[in-house]
Amino acid sequence: MNDTNPPLQPSRSKPWNDPRVRAIFFQVVALAVIAWSGWTLIENTLANMESRGISTGFGFLDQSAGFGIIMSLIPYDATYSYGRTFFVGLLNTLLVSAMGIVAATILGFIVGVARLSSNWLIAKLSLAYIEVIRNIPILLQIFFWYFAVLRSLPTPRQSVDVGGVFFLNNRGLYLPDPIAQPGFGWVEAALVIAIVAVVVIKRWAKKRQQATGQIFPTVKVGIGILIGLPLLAYLVTGGPLQWDVPALKGFNFGGGITLIPELAALWVALTLFTAAFIAEIVRSGILAVSKGQTEAARALGLHNGLTLRLVVIPQAMRVIIPPLTSQYLNLFKNSSLATAIGYPDLVSVFMGTTLNQTGQAVEVVAMTMAVYLTVSLLISFFMNLYNRAAALKER
Amino acid sequence: MSESMAPPKRAFAPIRWMRENLFNTWYNVLLTVVVVYMIGTSVGPLLNWLFLDATFTGADPKDCIGDGACWLFINQRLNFFMYGFYPDAQQWRVDIMFLLLAVAFVPQFIERFPARRWLGIFGMTGLPIIGYILIPGGWFGLEEVQSHKWGGLMLTLILAYVGIIGSLPLGVILALGRRSEMPIIRGFCVIFIEVWRAVPLITVLFMASVMLPLFLPEGMNFEKLLRALIGITLWQSAYMAEVIRGGLQAIPRGQYEAASALGLGYWRKMRLIILPQALTLVIPGIVNTFIGLFMDTTLVLIIGLFDILGTVQSTITDPSWQNVATEGYVFVAFCFWVFCFGMSRYSQNLERKLDTGHKT
Repeated sequence: MNDTNPPLQPSRSKPWNDPRVRAIFFQVVALAVIAWSGWTLIENTLANMESRGISTGFGFLDQSAGFGIIMSLIPYDATYSYGRTFFVGLLNTLLVSAMGIVAATILGFIVGVARLSSNWLIAKLSLAYIEVIRNIPILLQIFFWYFAVLRSLPTPRQSVDVGGVFFLNNRGLYLPDPIAQPGFGWVEAALVIAIVAVVVIKRWAKKRQQATGQIFPTVKVGIGILIGLPLLAYLVTGGPLQWDVPALKGFNFGGGITLIPELAALWVALTLFTAAFIAEIVRSGILAVSKGQTEAARALGLHNGLTLRLVVIPQAMRVIIPPLTSQYLNLFKNSSLATAIGYPDLVSVFMGTTLNQTGQAVEVVAMTMAVYLTVSLLISFFMNLYNRAAALKER
Repeated sequence: MSESMAPPKRAFAPIRWMRENLFNTWYNVLLTVVVVYMIGTSVGPLLNWLFLDATFTGADPKDCIGDGACWLFINQRLNFFMYGFYPDAQQWRVDIMFLLLAVAFVPQFIERFPARRWLGIFGMTGLPIIGYILIPGGWFGLEEVQSHKWGGLMLTLILAYVGIIGSLPLGVILALGRRSEMPIIRGFCVIFIEVWRAVPLITVLFMASVMLPLFLPEGMNFEKLLRALIGITLWQSAYMAEVIRGGLQAIPRGQYEAASALGLGYWRKMRLIILPQALTLVIPGIVNTFIGLFMDTTLVLIIGLFDILGTVQSTITDPSWQNVATEGYVFVAFCFWVFCFGMSRYSQNLERKLDTGHKT
């Protein structure tokens, strides 16, 4: 026995064994490492830029750009500033993304439903489409449409001519351009009135249906108003619209609207690629709705169309929306591949030409990345709103 | 007394199948007819172009005279499409790596292959080291081959392979960090993951090739390939982290609590209990991410590296060959399709096998 031992005390844990102390310690270390690396990066960058004679700051945005851009949604020529090139590129990116999202959603839903068709041939054809398209890189598909398909179209002199109004050649697709004459404002006003009327009718019909159970044919009446009212205004004011039809002038077409081949190739490739993924999402979404739901709807006496519209699709949408959002984001990000075929999108114009001319890599890259970050966050924000509206409301 | 009824008439099986699956309603009849007509009119010309009228052998571009595809073009430039500018005399080194890659990873598709697991572990650990010695060379008497001479399918595989090997550990760390209870570490991981996921790979590659030299101290500089690899790995690790996080979240809370009850600390808990289960669960997800990465490696041609699409693209624009764009793209598409379709089938099978049917 050892009598010199002090009486046993409750053991106090050492501070470095206390999880809370350790957590604080690790976080302080992490913060220090991050701060140190950030500081080193900034210091290195500043030193490197100084030694290479690169100026800093956003002053370059006001300087004249001095290069042309083949397609712009806002007025632009070489005398405009670098800041303007940013917006030209941004708008072109948003244009092709929006076109792609709309077309890919429509095609994807069609293929997804066709995949579940009772027609064996249609189902297998959709399966083949999905499996072929989504296992081939998107860049390769863009190249294929641009270099192999659109480049081999005839020259302007031998254009494909559809009724002397539409022309297709290797410089693009030429469409007649509607030019509003005085009085066209009435047609536009009629369209606005029609939209407001449809919204009002829809609300009234819903309220009436909830109160009395009577169903009002909202869709048919709505379409009638949307088409009829502007058409009436158009006829009454005497057709105040002129078509600027494209015509061959010298070696190329003039007038009309041009869909440049770069945009067409990018649009087709993005649509086909994303639609294959959306189709799989739609299919799994529809399959996720249990068969009992369809059977119960049929037992209530709903016919096929109503079962689909009121029972299956609303429930399938809950499963579909989250992965659909990430497909939209992918399409938006993939639109940056425009730079490979020379469509003047944000990356191609701003991160390409503007960066090369000004050399201000840090500012340009930061601005471009900030745009992608913002738009990505916006798309997921709006899709989350929609998702919350469509989500299962539980107690 | 009731009369016995004749058995129901059963049509000849194929006819009954067709009636049920192709001609069951009037619109299905219409669709079937239209689709059969479309397939009938397109298959013939397609087969003619692909095989019957195609030119397979010959000496130079002038031999491609038929209406069909000019596969001679692929045949003649195949070496370039496989190895890029890698010197002919040294190509056995690349061939060894191709072989070792196949030995390590093809058995993963075959169930009950002996020592499958060990081959996989070798593929993830030993093989990168062998590749690092063999491909660039410069030691053990191997002639040095600089990275700007690498190209073709070999470069595509290097980019995808290094991307996945590098992003897996980074992804695990980021995923653990995102689920950590320490706010600063969690915040940092969330920002890191979300920023990389929000920007397109092409901007990452631009950043790696334009801005990385600015970030580094004077005199320290990498070659273009290494910069692209760093960009791809960081970008990919954000996606990997999200896949792994899915696996971590799927592990029931009881597993975490039981591990803590056994007195395991954080790292041992993760290493021995949680990660083995979580990583097994997300193998299909990792394979899918890999397919995406494999297809996205084609983007490096935009910053001037010659991957398989880059080599084909540069040959197409070669004036000595005329109108071979379609042949080139079909060839590359076929290469990618075989790899990606195989892998996606593998991950689908695995998913079915791992699905215990009693999730949530």
